[in-house]
Amino acid sequence: MAELLDALRGPWPWYLAGPLLGLMVPLLAFFGRRRFGLSSNLRHLCAVVPSRVPYFRYDWRREGGWNLLVFGGMVLGGAVAGQLLPDPAPLVVADATARDLAALGVETAGAYAPASLFSFGALFTLPGFVAMVGGGFLVGFGARWASGCAAGHAISGLAELQLPSLVAVIGFFVGGLLATHLLWPWLLGGGA
Amino acid sequence: MSRAATAAAPAVQGVRTDARFLVLGVYFGFVLTKSEAMSWYRVQEMFRFQSFHMYGLIGAAILVAMLGVWAIRRFGLRGVDGGPITFERKPPQWRRYAYGGVVFGVGWALAGACPGPLAVLIGAGVWPFTVVLAAALLGTYAYGVWEKRLPH
Repeated sequence: MAELLDALRGPWPWYLAGPLLGLMVPLLAFFGRRRFGLSSNLRHLCAVVPSRVPYFRYDWRREGGWNLLVFGGMVLGGAVAGQLLPDPAPLVVADATARDLAALGVETAGAYAPASLFSFGALFTLPGFVAMVGGGFLVGFGARWASGCAAGHAISGLAELQLPSLVAVIGFFVGGLLATHLLWPWLLGGGA
Repeated sequence: MSRAATAAAPAVQGVRTDARFLVLGVYFGFVLTKSEAMSWYRVQEMFRFQSFHMYGLIGAAILVAMLGVWAIRRFGLRGVDGGPITFERKPPQWRRYAYGGVVFGVGWALAGACPGPLAVLIGAGVWPFTVVLAAALLGTYAYGVWEKRLPH
């Protein structure tokens, strides 16, 4: 029992978590006859507030009620996994990444994200503001422009062999590489 | 069976259907948290090609999902309610996928989280990510306002 609890608390390797994450697609198809995708929830959440913008004028309860429940469930799942059964050990970061980040002045202190960039105080620094507000803005803007995020395009789109999703995922990667190798070093004033 | 019980049946059905989605969300959120894919560091490792974790994770997820979709299509499987399961073709709007994809990628590497991870981070009590979610909603709203002026 104690061993099982330890296994539940600790981080799961990719070969366990990956297949279980992928299983969400057939589970949702079988039990709900819905296609897995999470970023449309951002649209539904905006549509809750009455608006004159045509993009948000639709019956969000009817079209997105089910997906908002998935999203809400995920908040609960995160609470159970992160607060009820938290990992007692600090997060381990790959050596090479920890070194690269240290060179940029970013600490690896065992949390999910560095507090020097992701905290309410960091909002008043340029890198923190760009990461939290700029990054968040672009995630919402880009996911809706691309009509999907890592869930809808990378997982379910590629699983359905949809060419549009492959284009989007290549785009994700191009953007991610640009931000990681050009934008971050410039923001943190380290060697670019 | 009384008339009242018959009338109540659809409502009960609705609640049951809804609970299904909530349970699936809890399942996905739990596994996502334990996979640590919502950590900013994991995303950095991935975009720096310094760890296999995210590649293995996403690759294995795609493989299992693909197998499921293949089986549903191959055997014409129906949903638990008996209805057909369909996967519509996504419209060929190439510019939206390319441009929107790059913009999303920049945001992903900056914030280290996408919509799903934002949900579990907030659930896990990493409160600064409420700001990131609020910014993501603002970005979504901005897209809605500018939608017609963007290439798709």
